[in-house]
Amino acid sequence: MTIGFALDCGVALLVVAVGGWTIVARASFAAVVGFVSFGLLVTLAWVRLAAVDVALTEAAIGSGLTGALLLGAAARLRGNEVAMRAERPGPALRIAAGLFAATVAAALAAAVLLLPDPAPTLAPAAAANAGATGLGNPVTNVLIAFRAIDTMLEKVVLVLALVGVWSLAADRGWGAAPSPPCAAGSGDKTAFLAQLLTPIGIVVGIYILWEGADNPGGAFQGGTILAAMWLLVMMAGLANAPAISRRSLRLLLIAGPGVFLVVGLGGLWFGAAFLAYPVAHAKAVILIIEFVMTLTIAATLALLLAGPPEREASP
Amino acid sequence: MSATVFGLCGAVAAGLGLYGVITEAQPLRKILAFNVFGAGVFLIFGVVARRGAAAGFSGDPVPHALVITGMVVAFAATAMAVALLLRLFNASGTATLDADTTSAERDSTDT
Repeated sequence: MTIGFALDCGVALLVVAVGGWTIVARASFAAVVGFVSFGLLVTLAWVRLAAVDVALTEAAIGSGLTGALLLGAAARLRGNEVAMRAERPGPALRIAAGLFAATVAAALAAAVLLLPDPAPTLAPAAAANAGATGLGNPVTNVLIAFRAIDTMLEKVVLVLALVGVWSLAADRGWGAAPSPPCAAGSGDKTAFLAQLLTPIGIVVGIYILWEGADNPGGAFQGGTILAAMWLLVMMAGLANAPAISRRSLRLLLIAGPGVFLVVGLGGLWFGAAFLAYPVAHAKAVILIIEFVMTLTIAATLALLLAGPPEREASP
Repeated sequence: MSATVFGLCGAVAAGLGLYGVITEAQPLRKILAFNVFGAGVFLIFGVVARRGAAAGFSGDPVPHALVITGMVVAFAATAMAVALLLRLFNASGTATLDADTTSAERDSTDT
């Protein structure tokens, strides 16, 4: 047994233990904190699986943004929690659910153990066509070029989710600015942190976007870091969230999928197929798409976390 | 070999999450458990990608790209679910999914 294998076993055991704890913990707030640690441990597992792009995404979105979202919700629902505990289902249902979940887990484990050998893979195809785009990172190649339609539709899903969140605003709040959870009682410290960290964070976010062409990174990871920086500035009270009725904000939110769609239709008009990039300028087109997409992702993710507007619109 | 360990780990995490989705009464805990379930499923994707290492890559890039897309969509769905939950809490003063409790409370506020 090598050290690497022992490390993998340790990480896997920790993932299972912390994951189980987030399910059984009594207090929701503690469970959410457990979920953030769970996300970071899963990030380690992704690094060990040699998927650094995915590890960056898991750390930023799976653990960071989702954790922040759930922490905010847990804090607001805390007063309601004790009353809700009485609604836990009885032991009979819990045992039945446990048996069902164990069966599903066993079936998944069997599927993992019985995966075909040699494993089917599209890696040779991705490597053979990498020259067409001029990008060195195979994952970015798949995201932006080979399976671009998935990425484009996902941008549409993000916008639809934001429309869904906004549509939950109370009538009197419609058109106003959302109020992101603020760090109450620590104003000065949060403001200092926001002033110190934001310039560095913006540079890191853009660097990760730029490096994503050839190394792990890309639009999602960079965009998430930019979103976190914007949220930090809003939470520290250094900048107000924009009113959701503002036209420039709405244009920014549809810019990412919009540019993608225009390029896609251009491919249909001038080239071979929908989303076919002009071969001579593939890299430039991809960079434009990625840059606009990063800004849209940053704005959408931050506003998804900020939630629907709740205060009345100021005239 | 290591990949298989993480595959089994993902299977167990998916089972734990599924158990939580069914047995938790609080919607927030259901959302949390669903994210644990999702993380387990994504890990199994990672194992499939790792086994497909070829052509000088350390893994099959296609499942990696799918998982990255999936994580962003999972966040969007979670944000939507949390917004629904907080709206329910603001409107009814409780976050229960129990139909009897909610309708009883609505009756009491109507009268």
